[in-house]
Amino acid sequence: MTLPVALGPMLLSLMVVAPKPAADLTVGPGGHFATITAALAAAQPGDRVLVRAGTYREATLVVRTPRVTVQGEGWPVLDGQGAREVLVIAADDVTVRGLVATNTGVSNLEDRAGIRAKDVRNCVIEHNRLRDNLWGIYLQRSADCVVRDNDIEAHGERQTTSGNGIHLWYSPGARIERNHIRGHRDGIYFEFSQHGVTRDNVSERSQRYGLHFMFSDSCSYVHNTFRENTSGVAVMYSRGVVISGNRFERSWGSAAYGLLLKDISGGEISSNTFDRNSTGLFVEGSSRLEVRGNTFTQNGWAAKVLADADENRFTGNRFSGNAFDVTTNSRSANSTFDGNWWDAYAGYDLNKDGVGDTAFHPVRLFALVVEQHPAALLLLRSPLVAVLDAAERVLPVLTPETLVDHHPLMRPPR
Amino acid sequence: MNIVSLVLLAGLRDLSRNRWIVAYALCFLGIAEGLFWFGGTGPQVLLSLLNLVLLVLPLVALVFGTIHVYASREFVELLLAQPVPRRQLFAGLYLGLALPLAGAFVVGAGVPFVVHAHDGATLGGVAALLAAGVGLSLAFAAIATWIALRTDDRLKGVGIALGVWLASTVIYDGLVLGATAAFGDYPLERPLLALMLANPVDVARVLVLTQLDVSALMGYTGALFQHTFGTALGTGVAGATLVVWCVVPLALAGRRFLRRDF
Repeated sequence: MTLPVALGPMLLSLMVVAPKPAADLTVGPGGHFATITAALAAAQPGDRVLVRAGTYREATLVVRTPRVTVQGEGWPVLDGQGAREVLVIAADDVTVRGLVATNTGVSNLEDRAGIRAKDVRNCVIEHNRLRDNLWGIYLQRSADCVVRDNDIEAHGERQTTSGNGIHLWYSPGARIERNHIRGHRDGIYFEFSQHGVTRDNVSERSQRYGLHFMFSDSCSYVHNTFRENTSGVAVMYSRGVVISGNRFERSWGSAAYGLLLKDISGGEISSNTFDRNSTGLFVEGSSRLEVRGNTFTQNGWAAKVLADADENRFTGNRFSGNAFDVTTNSRSANSTFDGNWWDAYAGYDLNKDGVGDTAFHPVRLFALVVEQHPAALLLLRSPLVAVLDAAERVLPVLTPETLVDHHPLMRPPR
Repeated sequence: MNIVSLVLLAGLRDLSRNRWIVAYALCFLGIAEGLFWFGGTGPQVLLSLLNLVLLVLPLVALVFGTIHVYASREFVELLLAQPVPRRQLFAGLYLGLALPLAGAFVVGAGVPFVVHAHDGATLGGVAALLAAGVGLSLAFAAIATWIALRTDDRLKGVGIALGVWLASTVIYDGLVLGATAAFGDYPLERPLLALMLANPVDVARVLVLTQLDVSALMGYTGALFQHTFGTALGTGVAGATLVVWCVVPLALAGRRFLRRDF
């Protein structure tokens, strides 16, 4: 930037003298400062740093003053030139808005982020665009931050040279809302971050997971869309998780799951839609989950519930058009299915109470065969398989006899 | 007008007067339309029809085909008394059987999808189902012709036809499943793919599956499956195999027809 610099210090001295009222420090063409670095250095608590349109190539910007707002006007581009982190928030109550942070470059030694909040409270990162950064937005030991309406995109080629879109590490109480994330390794990643709320985000085409969280208790994930992520969504080792009203779509591959739950206990999985995934819902080692009111359509395997998952309750879910509704890996089943709607149910309802009079066995014999001999999948939808399944349904010998829906619904719920 | 088309037309007239073929078309029409009527979406209707195609089509083509060839025997003998080339007579005989069968299926199963074009069935899925049905009709009509020409005893002929039907729709897959379980420790995907090609019913099923159960096939074994059959080359191979399954029984039947003393 080579535009008016002379005026800057003069105005600045005026503003510094003036006591409390928050001031606007303008950076860029016609502004008080040529560089954002200079403006940040001059900012007092409560000031606004207004960054005008243009491209800024500066050393990593660090916001050290509390209650400062850094606001872009006309999408100024902050370029990391492939060599460094772009912006670091290192003070409480900072707001960053309207910036384009781009091009941190790839590093194997440091986790370079487009925007990082480090050891702070109450930061707000909103309406920014992040392009081709190793990590998009990184909250590091920062509590009660808000990340919303950001548009985050990366084109990393491999998992190993790519970071996460929104990454939380020891950052409790975060609100992640209405962000759109494409092409990062994991779209959104929570690690050791409790009581977060993730809502209305779209995370797609991630190289690994659309959403990934570990050791993050009491978080809720509501109305998000996870689409075409290489491995879907994986959530692990957490308690009291609420996953509600999300869409999990088109995760395709042998290790791809719409939603994978591993060691999750005491949570709620409700009103989600699982559409066209290789495996819709995969439950391993998880207990006391309420799985209710979800819709499973056109998945290869709608729900895989392994035998080490116990006391999970599936109620009021809709299963339609799946190649396999439910599979498991053992004859004993420790999860219950009750009052779901199955398109494969062929029973009757004499007393017209909307509940089928005969029980439904959702685990097909063929599903168990395929579980043991994957190659047998080639016989999918063969008349022979239909005959075997029908025989097994009448007289279960091999399929888990306890895995039964005693009250299958005659019509889809709602 | 040459002999093929004359005999073909005679066969067509014969079959159109035959209420069975009309009932057959109406049956498919009724079922497909009914499935849509009762709230089925395009993909679900396709799947239900797939079961019907795999079971009913070979059965009808085999049983109806053998009976038809037996029934046209006197007509054939009459024509053979005239200066008519046998080759052309045979072509007319086969096409007069196979074309109405395939046509009735295409009309019966195809029209509801045209009517309900916005119900979510993909063009690829419908095309695969129709192609598989036509292929199965032509192949099993050829097999039926061969059976009827080989066996003079009508009861025996129909019995063999039923046996072929049972073997190709259920027993063969049972053997494949048994083999899969028995040799489960070995990498079986490629041998199984070859085994699938050896049965026209399986070829037809696989052809449709690659268009319908995409999500199941994208994982596990499906990847190889999808790579093999889901590509243009794989679809071509499957289609070519169905053609082989028409041509080989037809050639055998034709040889029989040419040499046979009526």
